[in-house]
Amino acid sequence: MKKTEIIMGMPITINVPELKTISQLDQVFDYFRHIDDKFSPYKQTSELTLYNNQQNINKLSKEMIEVLELCEQTKKITLGYFDIDNHGHIDTSGLVKGWAIDNAAKILKGMGYSNYFVEAGGDIQANGVNEEQMPWQIGIRNPFDINQIVRVIAVSNKGVATSGNYIRGDHIYDPITRKNIEGIASLTVIGPNIFEADRFATAGFAMGNKGIYFIDALPFFEAYLINDRGIATLTKGFEEYVA
Amino acid sequence: MKKFIIGLFVLGTYGIYSIGIRHVRPVLSKPSILTKKTNPSTYIYAKTMAKKTPGYRDGTYIGNVEYEYYGNVQAAVTITAGKISNVKFLQYPNSHSTSVYINDQVMPYLKQEAIKTQNAKNVQIISGATFTSVGFIKSLQSALAKA
Repeated sequence: MKKTEIIMGMPITINVPELKTISQLDQVFDYFRHIDDKFSPYKQTSELTLYNNQQNINKLSKEMIEVLELCEQTKKITLGYFDIDNHGHIDTSGLVKGWAIDNAAKILKGMGYSNYFVEAGGDIQANGVNEEQMPWQIGIRNPFDINQIVRVIAVSNKGVATSGNYIRGDHIYDPITRKNIEGIASLTVIGPNIFEADRFATAGFAMGNKGIYFIDALPFFEAYLINDRGIATLTKGFEEYVA
Repeated sequence: MKKFIIGLFVLGTYGIYSIGIRHVRPVLSKPSILTKKTNPSTYIYAKTMAKKTPGYRDGTYIGNVEYEYYGNVQAAVTITAGKISNVKFLQYPNSHSTSVYINDQVMPYLKQEAIKTQNAKNVQIISGATFTSVGFIKSLQSALAKA
């Protein structure tokens, strides 16, 4: 059973081939709605908006505290390249999406499922196997033509995240130089789970074309970077995942 | 005679190509297997083992020494409660700061390829941007026109 809903302004798809009841999928979609209500930078009543307006500093929820701590920690382990602070206004979107997908996948795991995927706006947690009992096959989208894919990878129990500055305009900038990222069209990262893949994809992307070398040096991660001239660079172990 | 010239040209191209390959790909670290060191929670991690290694267990994992354009790079990743809690660079070319190597000029020692459309027949999921800004596509097109 596969279902797509628009939440957080993007399509979220959940596929659980062995799903028992549809209400279980609704439970996971409800979780995403809950996260959107809390962390949306566009909602005037979200906890994040209130936080930015300094209206609730002393009564933050457990989830907000966890996300803020993870953002701080992520900044540290990515050499400062992951930074939610934009001129005093924080935006947790760069971390929350991957974190929420990871939590959603854990909800499905808690229900007893081991074969499923959760995808939100192109970021994916793919566990177990697909309907053909094979690893899930994921296409990497061509950043210059959204109708095309340029590589197919096969993964199981991994997170796959793509960062690109074509998502909703130029919203990723280099926190060190404070300039928009140039020369890079997209960076796709395969990681041990979507939370890790997403945050390292965001940080790696912020490094520009050098981000691929950062990912290459890290155990547990592989990546596929496409520059603005349509040339891709692969980390050394990436081809092990090519379907 | 024509065949001879073509043959010579092909040989010459191959020769230049193979010299190029030797120069482009210098020392790459040899893949090793995941080996436990004396410290029970420290592992030497080989990237080539990533797919076969089921564990993402707590401990510190040391990556291979990777030769990049600017010198040797080696990272250690610490996992606590299933999440990465620290990343340390054990080796990097400039001892002043870890960020220096990121800011260095980088040459492409990793494999590169021109992207090309693949058959999406068996694909179940797509990773990439969902929303595309028209302005960005336009700027890309102009960039590509200059390329």
